[in-house]
Amino acid sequence: MATTVFTPGTDVQHDVPKPFVPSPAPATVVKHKGGFWSWVATTDHKRIGTLYLFTALFFFIVGGLEAEVIRAQLGGPNRHLVSAELYNQIFTMHGTTMVFLAIMPLSAAFFNFLIPLQIGARDVAFPRLNAFSYWVYLFGGIFITAPIFFNMAPNGGWFAYVPLTTRAYSPGHNLDVWVIGIQILGISSLAAAVNFITTIINLRAPGMTLMRMPIFTWMSFVVQFLIVLAFPVITVGVFFLMMDRFFGTQFYEVAAGADPLLWQHLFWIFGHPEVYILILPAFGLVSEVLPTFSKKPLFGYPVMVYSGIVIGFLGFGVWAHHMFAVGMGPIADSVFGLTTMLIAIPTGVKIFNWIGTLAQGQVKYSTACLFAVGLVALFTCGGISGVMHSSPPADLQQTDSYFVVAHFHYVLFGGSIMGIFSGIYYYFPKLFGRMMNETLGKVHFWINFVAMNLTFFPMHFSGMLGMPRRIYTYDAGQGWDTFNAMSTGGAYLLVVATSIFLFNFFRSMKKGKPAGPNPWGAATLEWTIPSPPPNYNFATIPTVTSRYPLWEGREADIESARINQQGGKTAQQLGIVLPYNTIKPLLVALSMTIMFMGLMFNYWVIGAGAAAVAIFLYAWLASPLEPEHH
Amino acid sequence: MSASTSHHYTTTGLDSRKIGIWTFIGSECMLFITLISTYLIYKGRSLVGPFPHEVWKDPSTGHVFHSILNIPVTSFSTFVLLMSSLAMVLALAAVENRSVPKRTLGDKILGSSKLWIFVTALLGTVFLSCQAYEFTSFVHEGLTIHTNLFGSSFFTLTGFHGAHVTVGVLWLLSLLVIDFKRGLNESDVLHVDIMALYWHFVDVVWIAIFTLVYLIK
Repeated sequence: MATTVFTPGTDVQHDVPKPFVPSPAPATVVKHKGGFWSWVATTDHKRIGTLYLFTALFFFIVGGLEAEVIRAQLGGPNRHLVSAELYNQIFTMHGTTMVFLAIMPLSAAFFNFLIPLQIGARDVAFPRLNAFSYWVYLFGGIFITAPIFFNMAPNGGWFAYVPLTTRAYSPGHNLDVWVIGIQILGISSLAAAVNFITTIINLRAPGMTLMRMPIFTWMSFVVQFLIVLAFPVITVGVFFLMMDRFFGTQFYEVAAGADPLLWQHLFWIFGHPEVYILILPAFGLVSEVLPTFSKKPLFGYPVMVYSGIVIGFLGFGVWAHHMFAVGMGPIADSVFGLTTMLIAIPTGVKIFNWIGTLAQGQVKYSTACLFAVGLVALFTCGGISGVMHSSPPADLQQTDSYFVVAHFHYVLFGGSIMGIFSGIYYYFPKLFGRMMNETLGKVHFWINFVAMNLTFFPMHFSGMLGMPRRIYTYDAGQGWDTFNAMSTGGAYLLVVATSIFLFNFFRSMKKGKPAGPNPWGAATLEWTIPSPPPNYNFATIPTVTSRYPLWEGREADIESARINQQGGKTAQQLGIVLPYNTIKPLLVALSMTIMFMGLMFNYWVIGAGAAAVAIFLYAWLASPLEPEHH
Repeated sequence: MSASTSHHYTTTGLDSRKIGIWTFIGSECMLFITLISTYLIYKGRSLVGPFPHEVWKDPSTGHVFHSILNIPVTSFSTFVLLMSSLAMVLALAAVENRSVPKRTLGDKILGSSKLWIFVTALLGTVFLSCQAYEFTSFVHEGLTIHTNLFGSSFFTLTGFHGAHVTVGVLWLLSLLVIDFKRGLNESDVLHVDIMALYWHFVDVVWIAIFTLVYLIK
């Protein structure tokens, strides 16, 4: 070990980086005090991240149970387990829940928890706005989910095509719930995206240049831009539908000359970037996990960054490939077919970079690493079937069939969910200060891997044999029976896998082995602080001199890591100013949800909600964020 | 976000609220692009009148509808909104130069943040009044959000913009209240600056709407 002394003011390039010796794992885990109230009123990004994680896991289970009902209904021909009407609600809510209430918020959990830690900040740029985003998500999620118990859940498919979803063809409250719920959830995502963009631009520690930023933060950065630019489009599209349904405008009224394709364009201009909003965070997590367990830096870091940005740009130019069947004409079809093939290139580049990272590394197949490798394998399968229907003639055969269902479950389950599981196993020690059980983790991985393929691979065949998606039931003898039985068996097995995961998760929270600051020997800033991190994160804001401070950092990195890992001091002792706890963001979020709900009841509710928003927003803006600084 | 975070270290040296508002404006651009695009896509697709630029005779009643857009009134309100941006600039300058001594009457007028914030809010209100007049006269002439695609997309687009102006006026009035209660000082410059960015953005959007909806036939 080199023992060169770092002299301030000189710029000595140390040839041999001094390896960082992490503090040993402590015997016990420091528990941060605080009861129910401290969670409700929190503005701490780590706590908000934890709230996101638990809420999103809850909705992930809800969406999963909905999927189980779908599979049970389709397990054999001519089943009538649920009514056709309820079935419509269940498949609609399965899609809506998984996209808006499970995968996006699971990613948001990681954005919240990780971005400030990875860039060396004490919190996000707007801590109270951050709390607001979470509460809006929670109330919006409850609002859109609860109606299923009253037979009032949305039933128009997750993309709610008009004119089916206009008042004339969907007279009940079901679509009202969807229209209002999606607008509420959009506000949550937009507020969070503004917050994270500002955080990443403005709160990086000294020396944390853009090209030293951990790749997860980079991918999150791209995702926030996608959210900021794509969500307004769906907001306006849904706003038109809301105006049509409640106030009698004619945006989607075909009899008045309206073009129903307007909805499809607006929806997919949002919808396709949304696909990258769902997958890029998982890509980022995997890009953190693979280097750590291969014991070498990410292969081609700059190319990973650029390909992420290119995916973000191209993501806005491929939307109409969801609409090849509507007859846009040969030129539009060709253009969107080509851009779709083009976007496979930066995605493929990422796959090769991950393989390059693993190649010749000392790979340790921990659970997190297994899930990461699982993503690389399964996402590649999903990507390839995606390129298959980038060709309009091929797509015409596959569209609206189970082949498409197989494709997007390979990218969303095999991609996003596997990446998020990888991230959960990897960051669990940082979140809770304890390790998850690796044996149970590996059992979870293998059952999950087998079950996932058993569920979704046969759908390629049932789709090719002509089984339409969203079908309620089917007759025997069309060649679909065996494949559907296999899919249903796989889906049941996924319940086993997820139960093992949940058991492991909650057991490890209490009984896991204490983790210490850096159990995996990872390299980035979040591992230079205690686990779980103190509320102020960094005792001293680190100065960053390298992409991997704990692997190749200079004396300055090592020194700040040494100080930060000690922990044990309170913010007051260190003279760190932290934001006040406050429930005002919660109150604004709640009154806003009530205001939107008023549309379904009467205008007085809207007025009362709006007045409450005004009062609580005023109280929020008029109160200081944190104690006066001296 | 009212509390000052200026004492914190930031990477760019800028206050986070400034980056936040720019990001928000970027998002708002997509909102208005979508609304304006919808209006343009639906232009000329309405099956019944009244129409924005063409005369329409109702075949069933024989009633003749004139082209409905009132260019002179809207030109006036556009001018008012543009002038409100000028007043906003003067208001920001007045807050920024609060500590500069004012000797002449001209200095005092130019340096009065209360006056210029009030003028900005007033001009914004005049614009909104013109819009209210426009909307009611359209309804009297037979154009509502239910009438045709033009009515639906026109009222939604300009209504969205009007809502943004309304938020801006309320924001200005709250600044005015602060100015009367304790006076705006150096620590408020950023707040006024952000307000001004929002106001100018809403103004620029109106220029796009005025050109694309009112002027181009």
